[in-house]
Amino acid sequence: MGERILELRGISKFFPGIRALERVDFDLEEGEIHALVGENGAGKSTLIKIITGVHQPDEGEIFWRGQRVTFPNPTVASRYQIAAVYQQPASFPHLTITENIFLSHPFVHPLSRRLRWREMHKRAQELLESLGAEIDPLNPVGALSAAQQQIVEIAKALSIHARILIMDEPTAALTRREAEELYRIMMKLKSQGTSIIFISHRFEDIYEVADRVTVLRDGKKVGTWMVRDIAEQDLIRAMVGREITQLFPKAQVTPGKELLRVEGLSRVGYFSNVSFTLHAGEILGMSGLVGSGRTEVAHALFGIAPADRGKIFVEGKEVTIRSPMDAIALGIGYLPEDRLQQGLFLPMSITDNITIAVLDELTRHGWLCPEREYEVATKMLELLQIKAPTVFHPVSSLSGGNQQKVVVAKLLAARLRILILDEPTHGVDVGAKAAIHQIMSDLAREGLGILMISSEMPEILGMSDRILVMCEGRVSGILTREEATQEKLMEMAVNIDRGRFRKTQEVVGAGHGI
Amino acid sequence: MLAMESKRGFLRFASGVRGLREFGIIVFILVLSVLIGIRNPRFLTWGNIHDMLVDTAALLVVAVGMMLVLVTGGIDLSAESVLALTGMVTGIIIKDHPYLSPLLMLVFGLCFGGLLGSITGLVVSRGRVLPIIATLSMMYIYRGITFIVSKGEWIDAHEMPESFKALATGRVLGFSNLIVIALVVYVVFYYFTAHTRTGREIYAVGSNLEAARIIGINTAFITWLVYMISGALSGLGGVMWVARYASAQNDTAAGFVLTVVAACVLGGVSISGGAGTIPGVLLGSITIGIINNALPMIRVSPFWKMALQGIIILVAALVNVAVARNIERTQLRKREELRMVRYGA
Amino acid sequence: MALETVRVQRVRTSAFRWEWLLLVLIAGTFFVNSRISPHFLRYTSLMSALSVFLEAGFMVLSMVFILVAGDIDVSVASIVALASVLMSLSYKAGLPMGLAMLVALGVGTGCGYLNGLLISRIPNLSAIIVTLAGFSLYRGIAYILLGDRAVGGFPSWYSYLAWGDIGGTGIPFILVAFLACALVYGLVLHRTSFGRKVFAIGTNRIAAVFSGIPVARIRHTLFTLNGLMAGVAAIFLTSKLGSSRPNVATGYELEVIAIAVLGGASPSGGKGSIAGACLALVLMRLLRYGMGLRNVPGQVMMVIIGIVLICVVMFPNLLAARKRRPAGS
Repeated sequence: MGERILELRGISKFFPGIRALERVDFDLEEGEIHALVGENGAGKSTLIKIITGVHQPDEGEIFWRGQRVTFPNPTVASRYQIAAVYQQPASFPHLTITENIFLSHPFVHPLSRRLRWREMHKRAQELLESLGAEIDPLNPVGALSAAQQQIVEIAKALSIHARILIMDEPTAALTRREAEELYRIMMKLKSQGTSIIFISHRFEDIYEVADRVTVLRDGKKVGTWMVRDIAEQDLIRAMVGREITQLFPKAQVTPGKELLRVEGLSRVGYFSNVSFTLHAGEILGMSGLVGSGRTEVAHALFGIAPADRGKIFVEGKEVTIRSPMDAIALGIGYLPEDRLQQGLFLPMSITDNITIAVLDELTRHGWLCPEREYEVATKMLELLQIKAPTVFHPVSSLSGGNQQKVVVAKLLAARLRILILDEPTHGVDVGAKAAIHQIMSDLAREGLGILMISSEMPEILGMSDRILVMCEGRVSGILTREEATQEKLMEMAVNIDRGRFRKTQEVVGAGHGI
Repeated sequence: MLAMESKRGFLRFASGVRGLREFGIIVFILVLSVLIGIRNPRFLTWGNIHDMLVDTAALLVVAVGMMLVLVTGGIDLSAESVLALTGMVTGIIIKDHPYLSPLLMLVFGLCFGGLLGSITGLVVSRGRVLPIIATLSMMYIYRGITFIVSKGEWIDAHEMPESFKALATGRVLGFSNLIVIALVVYVVFYYFTAHTRTGREIYAVGSNLEAARIIGINTAFITWLVYMISGALSGLGGVMWVARYASAQNDTAAGFVLTVVAACVLGGVSISGGAGTIPGVLLGSITIGIINNALPMIRVSPFWKMALQGIIILVAALVNVAVARNIERTQLRKREELRMVRYGA
Repeated sequence: MALETVRVQRVRTSAFRWEWLLLVLIAGTFFVNSRISPHFLRYTSLMSALSVFLEAGFMVLSMVFILVAGDIDVSVASIVALASVLMSLSYKAGLPMGLAMLVALGVGTGCGYLNGLLISRIPNLSAIIVTLAGFSLYRGIAYILLGDRAVGGFPSWYSYLAWGDIGGTGIPFILVAFLACALVYGLVLHRTSFGRKVFAIGTNRIAAVFSGIPVARIRHTLFTLNGLMAGVAAIFLTSKLGSSRPNVATGYELEVIAIAVLGGASPSGGKGSIAGACLALVLMRLLRYGMGLRNVPGQVMMVIIGIVLICVVMFPNLLAARKRRPAGS
């Protein structure tokens, strides 16, 4: 393989209360595809942000072709031909594809300073075509699908002749076919000498395209291997670093009566014909790719964005849920995925945050009753072992993990029968994770029904009694705990498409005699 | 192959939706004109149309600045006071120095307004004061200063030299100077917003502030710039206003800012930022101009003007929201259909 | 442990520091005013100084709620004008004064209800644009109804509302009415679950929706309430002026917002207090009274109020920016 183009030595990064990276070494060779893997919170994104100049390391050095460099901001990094494609594209929805590609480096007429739109459109068209995309560059980016936006982001990276391309979970929101298309593009770029760092949770991605793989765990580097030299099991062990089984203590509970039944739930453009049941004492896992419609189903059940069609039954009685108030009144609670945005009132006190959803139960004739609130808050603090000086401190003064726990506390403070947990342990450290799993298990034993959305395979497999898999807004199947394996789930998360893909490929192949 | 063709066709249609809106306003203008013309045939004469454009010239100019501010997601309520203050100062200067060239006064208006606007811009961009609070305060500050510099007096026609008044009465190729000035502003700013890097960065800031910062756009500068430009164009509008009405008063253009916002919203400028075009603002302003011009012609009391303006703003804002929602719904439906085709489900 | 208790106290008291600052400013203004005019300290002149602008004070109370919830309402002054004009017209049309006053309250509430309806129920329609339209629409209707005429000739007892005092004590009726109102508003904002929810909405509207707070309903209520208070203000203002015209209360929206912000309410939501707003109201009155003693014209006061407002909002931002800078580099 080629020359070493980028090297990081002893990189450390600290955030208030968190050690995101600790003395991490990393190197990248020319024309190499280097996978970066690790669990959520292992430090992958931080490492990426240091390479792209979004964050600055607190310790350590960066070398570019053997020469020491610093990236104080993204503009400087892009001068070294480093470009990143994020999972959620940082784009300008109102502007055209051409503009999104060229905004930071437009073609400008040397004398009149006029923008050379015609040339830019032409170049954008070429870039898109080279990526195999049939999109008119005059379209506003806001009108594109997630996959198309991803392609625009790649085109943007190509337009600065990036030699180092960083892709953060590029396939997470893509269907199988779109992912295959992306692999093809990556291989092509590689053959042209571009180096690619890519983060992925999907092992098939890694084994399909990567040359080397680096594993991070809890902010430290575990090791770097040639992909062909390391088996999947070893890779998982390196990522997890512990026995999976002991972490997921879901006790076997005989499911009780039916709590929730959903029939043919649909919302145009997001999901359609979703049906399932949830029983008391049961944890129903919800698996599938990011963007497969899981969160949207949860939002429909919680009344954030109600469904257009379909029926919801709570304890056998048909109900209409038009708002979160309706849902809470029916005993349905929701732990949002984006805790910071959707779950917390940062400048308000811990007590205020915990009691906000049950405030009316804690008042006397509408007047606030601080003693009762204090009681509830301290109880939750103990239950979840939230590390806080007092319950009067603002939530913003807590560490990230403890803030997460406050959201859980807020949910548990309400007396609910059905909990919808959206990525309940996303971004939580190992200790807190175990605590949350223990609580979930206890709640199920008490007779609650839990619908758990999770992208972490071990969590889904370990915690769920049954697993519902979604793909492209549809339920592709429901498995029992015994039936489920990682491979099966992944197959189902992408299967409809893959089946079709193979079929169409055969037809096309026959037609062209390839 | 056929599928691909139809897909491209759809996308081209989707990108044409923005043009559709301008088309909608044009149809509205035509229908409105014909209806008014039926009530009063004099409305459709060239003389009246020309008068209408002269009366609308200041609005046309100020609306461009307002549009740029709105595109960044802000609002400039101080525009009317900048207009009044610049107009007053111009009036005082021309009264004391009648020999000064009117052209010089136009340049002065631009610079003086730009100065006032750049103060507002600094308060918003560096002081991080919400635009509505900052510009509402500035609106009253500049209005107050107008009273102070004029000492409560006003400047009327006979105190102004003929050369200055000729700014409004003089003609170039049969068009009033004011119309020509407005035209020049539109050409310059069409070029600026569509064909220069800085112009496009304004849209980027309004579309996604954080992303704009990440790709290295100096967002504080852009924010300052739009308020500065809004001030400059309001100042220019002030000189035009004073020349047109041959008087500078303390309450010149009181409430005018609402007309300006109405013109922008009517022209499809999004109040939440990111969207708005020069042709749209041109059409929006002309629509307002027609309504203002037509009211006396169809014998509606001038007291109706203010309420009507409120209704126009409201209806235009509602239409904008409805259009945006409609586009989104079409996209979702399209996505659903694509899936249907793919899975046959 | 000792250190922690101290920190807790600081956390709890930090909200009150702003009010202390206002008290100091009030004391200062008081001192300067008494130096300018020896009459200032007289009981009657003090009382009149305090009660002059109080009719707008009613709107300040509800404006604090609106700002705390992260919204803004620039249409209040126009609602006052419309309510005042309709009240006078219905009195002229033969309605008893008491019922006419109810008309004012009804009109105010109706306008506020309309604002709230549009803002809270139609997504992506901002409070700025709706209330800006209302600003024009409501006063515009007043102009349509009355043109440039004025309507007066109310019963003599009506002027008692703005000018009268409580049974010869010299305490103005309007002051008592205002204090009673302020007490209710203060208790609701700071001591009830409704008030807490308003703070939550202003702090993080999305999280408020996810927490099951009826965000749309509460915002709707707040705008309706603001309209109602504009109706109250219209009654007192008309009583003070003795007649009503479409151009009454011009510019009040700025002063109302300015006082609320000066009282510690943040236009970006989640912050504010009724006590602070009341102190700010007093401060503003004393400032104006002092400038009045010095014969400073109204337009200059406008400039000063604008500058004070900008400085008050900008000051903490600049401070925060300065604090951030060394840490960032």
